[in-house]
Amino acid sequence: MQQIFNFLVRFKTGLTFFLLFFVAIALIIEAHSYHSSKWVSSTNFISGSIYEASYNVSEYFNLKSENKKLSEENADLRNALINLQHNIDFPSDSLITQNTSFKSFPAKILANSYAKKDNYLLLNKGSKDTVAENMGVISSKGIVGVIEETSESYARIISILNSNISINAKLKKSNHFGSLVWDGKNPNLTQLIDVPRSATIQKGDTIVTGGNSLIFPANIPIGYVSNFDLNENQGYYTIQVSLFNDMTSVENVYVIQFNKQEEASLLFQNNASDE
Amino acid sequence: MNNYAVHGIRFIILLLLQVLILNNMLFMGFLKPYVYPLFVILLPLNINKIQALFLAFVMGLSVDFFENTGGVHAAACLVIAFVRPLVLRFSFGINYDYQTLKFYNEGFKQRFNYLAIMVFTHHLVMFALEAFSLKHSLYIVKSTLLSGLFSLFLMLLFVQLIRNRK
Repeated sequence: MQQIFNFLVRFKTGLTFFLLFFVAIALIIEAHSYHSSKWVSSTNFISGSIYEASYNVSEYFNLKSENKKLSEENADLRNALINLQHNIDFPSDSLITQNTSFKSFPAKILANSYAKKDNYLLLNKGSKDTVAENMGVISSKGIVGVIEETSESYARIISILNSNISINAKLKKSNHFGSLVWDGKNPNLTQLIDVPRSATIQKGDTIVTGGNSLIFPANIPIGYVSNFDLNENQGYYTIQVSLFNDMTSVENVYVIQFNKQEEASLLFQNNASDE
Repeated sequence: MNNYAVHGIRFIILLLLQVLILNNMLFMGFLKPYVYPLFVILLPLNINKIQALFLAFVMGLSVDFFENTGGVHAAACLVIAFVRPLVLRFSFGINYDYQTLKFYNEGFKQRFNYLAIMVFTHHLVMFALEAFSLKHSLYIVKSTLLSGLFSLFLMLLFVQLIRNRK
């Protein structure tokens, strides 16, 4: 017994080190597992309000470019509206009314990162603004990420530039599906993998969201094909996708709420438990 | 008592400097300096080792909270706090053993060695844990070297600027 105590006293520094190091490693592993509640997250009150205060200052420096983006988007929306009004003679047309279960509302990005392997963004809206987990986030140009965690007034977005996320996407032209992932190298370039070899691909083809997930509605733009190669052994394409959206400067975004997500995910669960 | 206040203020200033300014400073698109380890590097030389470990852990974890990195910075800070006595002995030699060491009385070369070893150790552990797999080993080595040089330059600048005038 005496010897155990002697041992503990003699190596107390090393033991403290290993204990704390073990805690740190556990936190890292927790951070790498998608969909578990994170203990270390910037959605807490202190870091959230510090980022918000800093954003309130830095917001002014980007006003000009953000205004330009927003007015471009206004023009696009106005064009779409004109087309829609043109078609309004057929109010019961299912093409027009099919997507009413999705609703979007505006929000702002307080903190952004894109140079790491696993990137996250902080949103200025939280559960009190009806933001919840698994809602998609898009900007005027394309997709940004998925809400992963919310606190009362902030939410953490897992960026599409993160090794823990894959998003259902398709070729706009031929509707061939694949998963959008990121290899951690270039913040403007993501990869669309598992596209079957039967797809015909050309450089410059547009990639959009697939609509097979309950997070994003179909046909939200993502990027265009900048390069592709075929893995001969497996028969799947790996496509390099240049993002429309500049992930290094996102500020005004839209959170997409899918009203029937619960109902639909219930069906998926039932299906899984039957198997 | 005065000492506690100095280190408390240094903690807050370095944390805010790191998360609000340096994290947005991407030189050539990917080079990011990390200056907050200066807190661990400049802890009192005769501090209790266990105390140093806990302070380093808290410093690293605070940065983790802002960066959403789990415990990467906490682990890296722990490692440099743990090897600090060894590095001090290696770079300052006999003065450290006799507890007569005054950081600013030593030559520039000794101080440079001490800072460089601590910075590169910290960056290596941090980037390795951030990548979290060996397939990115080239990325780890590259970022450690380039980011490390950048951080080291800034730290030397700060150390020369904030020295106590007595």
